[in-house]
Amino acid sequence: MSNAHSSALRHHFANLDQQKDSSVLGMWTFIVQEILFFGGLFLVYTIYRHEYFDVFEACSHHLDWKLGAANTVVLIFSSLTMAMGVHAAALGQKKATAAWLVLTIVLGSIFLGVKVVEYTEKFEHHLVPGPHFLPPEEAAHELKIQPSQTGQAQLYFSLYFAMTGLHAIHMIIGIPIILYLAWRSWHGAYTPAYHTPVELTGLYWHFVDIVWIFLFPLLYLIGHH
Amino acid sequence: MSAVVAAREPQLPKEHYLNADYGVRSWLFTIDHKRIALLYLASVTFMFFLGGMYAAAIRLELVTPPGDMFSSETYNKLFTGHGVLMVFFFLIPTIPGVLGNFLIPLMIGAKDLAFPRINLLSWYCYMAGAGFVLYALVEGGLDTGWTFYTPYSTSFSNTNVILAGVGIFFAGFSSILTGLNFIVTIHKMRAPGLTWFRLPLFVWAHYATSLIQILGTPVIAVTILLVALERGFHFGFFDPARGGDPILFQHLFWFYSHPAVYIMILPAMGVISELVACFSRKKIFGYGFVAGSSLAIAVLGFLVWAHHMFVSGLSVYASLIFSAISFLVAIPSAIKVFNWTATLYRGSVSWQTPMLYAVGFIGLFVIGGLTGLFLAALGLDVHVTDTYFIVAHFHYVMVGSVVMAYMGGLHFWWPKITGRHYPEWWARVSAVIIFVGFNLTFFPQFILGYLGMPRRYHYYPDEFQVLNVMSSAGASILAVGYMIPMVYFAWSMRYGRIATANPWPATGLEWQTASPPPTENFAVTPTVDEEVYDYTRPPKEPTFV
Amino acid sequence: MSDHVVSPKLYVAIFLALMVLTAATVWAAGQDFGAYNTAVAVGIAVTKATLVILFFMHVRWGGKLVQLFVASGFIWLGILLAITLADYVSRGWSLTNAP
Repeated sequence: MSNAHSSALRHHFANLDQQKDSSVLGMWTFIVQEILFFGGLFLVYTIYRHEYFDVFEACSHHLDWKLGAANTVVLIFSSLTMAMGVHAAALGQKKATAAWLVLTIVLGSIFLGVKVVEYTEKFEHHLVPGPHFLPPEEAAHELKIQPSQTGQAQLYFSLYFAMTGLHAIHMIIGIPIILYLAWRSWHGAYTPAYHTPVELTGLYWHFVDIVWIFLFPLLYLIGHH
Repeated sequence: MSAVVAAREPQLPKEHYLNADYGVRSWLFTIDHKRIALLYLASVTFMFFLGGMYAAAIRLELVTPPGDMFSSETYNKLFTGHGVLMVFFFLIPTIPGVLGNFLIPLMIGAKDLAFPRINLLSWYCYMAGAGFVLYALVEGGLDTGWTFYTPYSTSFSNTNVILAGVGIFFAGFSSILTGLNFIVTIHKMRAPGLTWFRLPLFVWAHYATSLIQILGTPVIAVTILLVALERGFHFGFFDPARGGDPILFQHLFWFYSHPAVYIMILPAMGVISELVACFSRKKIFGYGFVAGSSLAIAVLGFLVWAHHMFVSGLSVYASLIFSAISFLVAIPSAIKVFNWTATLYRGSVSWQTPMLYAVGFIGLFVIGGLTGLFLAALGLDVHVTDTYFIVAHFHYVMVGSVVMAYMGGLHFWWPKITGRHYPEWWARVSAVIIFVGFNLTFFPQFILGYLGMPRRYHYYPDEFQVLNVMSSAGASILAVGYMIPMVYFAWSMRYGRIATANPWPATGLEWQTASPPPTENFAVTPTVDEEVYDYTRPPKEPTFV
Repeated sequence: MSDHVVSPKLYVAIFLALMVLTAATVWAAGQDFGAYNTAVAVGIAVTKATLVILFFMHVRWGGKLVQLFVASGFIWLGILLAITLADYVSRGWSLTNAP
């Protein structure tokens, strides 16, 4: 029931606790929505993986699992720095908060940089679905599948780009928000009583991390045995 | 003597949300939930009349057996435009957007929704979506049907699929944001003493609706995204030439679009519960069951989507299971109908306009719901799939019930919204006209469908003409029925008799503040110490003015 | 749902656990578990996600309501996946030999 920082209290809430509880619940509701949003893609993946098991395994070999693993480490590390940022904000450590947030951005940018490298490689090898995809004979040779399975390989790469692309877009949306928070924190906008924006953005960032935790084994690591 | 009479004559409060501020900016940048509700009111009304014009063109074409007014291509665009406008821009957003927005904070004794700026954002998302769709419709139209079935929508249609898809994507986010706001508001903003089982059923219904909006809408959003990627960038998700499965699109589409019917009907049921209680002067019979059945419908509604796909090549075993579960949805729906009728029993029923709409709703919903049982039965569904039987069924459920409830609710809360009464006589007349017109329009379509007239064709054999003419005649009566309220509502905003704070009188916190309410809804934070729908006690004077 | 300030040591421990599980998922992908490779991979991913949700996202201390919300999101995802998959496995034909 601390009304000490009434400047942060919006008029229609009774007190800061109610405001914070509402915001956190709202963010979780948004994340539930996100689960179902990505869920549609995971459904398409599940069905085609089930139907075209061998082709998906063969295509997965074409992704560089080492880059994927490195990116997994980077992203989980960024989740740790984000958690530390929220922690620092809760303790009122303004500069430390900003520093953790900036570190999170750096790690997120490294992740995206690696994705750019990976995407470029796909473009160069004509593995982007559509009219410029490898013709059947070459696809059979390159991906070690039957020529007649080229279409199914396109399904795999369509899913690869859609899932990782949508994930990357979520990161690209997150980074400027975190940057803004770091700037605000540096200037002392957040206190132990009111740092809800940092906390909510943290939830968002962790969710994006979770999506990747599923994408990595499902896209990169199938058919290695 | 005259001074006493003057004191009894109701007066508009000096300051209320409508005169708190003036000018276009005060509306376009408002974060007052009541003003946002009126923004929704204006925009959904516009979209409704636009969709209605498409319907008029369709019914006009179908007066005669040959396709003599429009080409097949144009006709495809007409029913698609009608469907997209009505489903995504009228039926889904209307009751939550207008009545929900206006009433939920009032009913729970809050100053506003939990996130007023997100509420405004949700209206702007709606408008952006409407803009994209209207542009798509003007700029060459859309001919996929509102269902966007692949591979037609991804590979063959030459119309504005992506543009319309973007519009629906935005409308979807509008819906998600509204749902998010309602869920948090209902959880966190209730007035002291207002426990869950003291909430009006309108609030329960909107809570259940919001769950569907949060859990279902994102799936259609991502599905539309996939269609756009496939159409615009030649990705493959549903393309049979590459091994994709169009039926998978239908699964994704109906995972949302079946529950979407409950996004439309649940708020309508919430309205009806309020009306039936007030005009029977009784507590709703089986309050707990009616509240719980809203949640049951929301949950069960997610388990039955494939009954839209019985002829698509679905596994026969899956079809059997889906058919069986579809019957289960009838149980919570029937619970509501029985409880409303039980509330009427021995109530002191009065027949003001909102009550006319309420009983109209119950009638239409029973017909729509029972024909839904026909369609849940596998064997019969195969026979009538894609006929006018389906068209009639979903119009009874979606349009008949939703529009009746919306109109009933709008009349009921009009004195609260504007501070003035609508003209009762005209309102009763138009309620009856709408009921008659609706049944004349759509009942013949059940027979047409049962006789085998397929939907989505603009010509038909001569023997169907009589029933089609009846349907078109009904549609014109219906149009008149919708026009009259437009006129008298507009008239009443200026000239209507001034209303008291609680004119019916009804229970519920929204009637305990002024009509129209002040910007912050209540002069003092309300507290609740009585049970819901307590019509046994004499009407209370407004307490929190 | 008020602030629960956690020791940074716990965050580091969770991070290390996530690293171990990442290594485990890479290792498991190289083994032949027959039909169970996918199950193992998804199982590890679910474990990792649970750790992130419970500790990094504070759901462990977040109260019953938030826990219910999180659960409902995953349950609904399960409904979507399970029911749709039920159609595909019971069709009697697959997309590779579609009629």
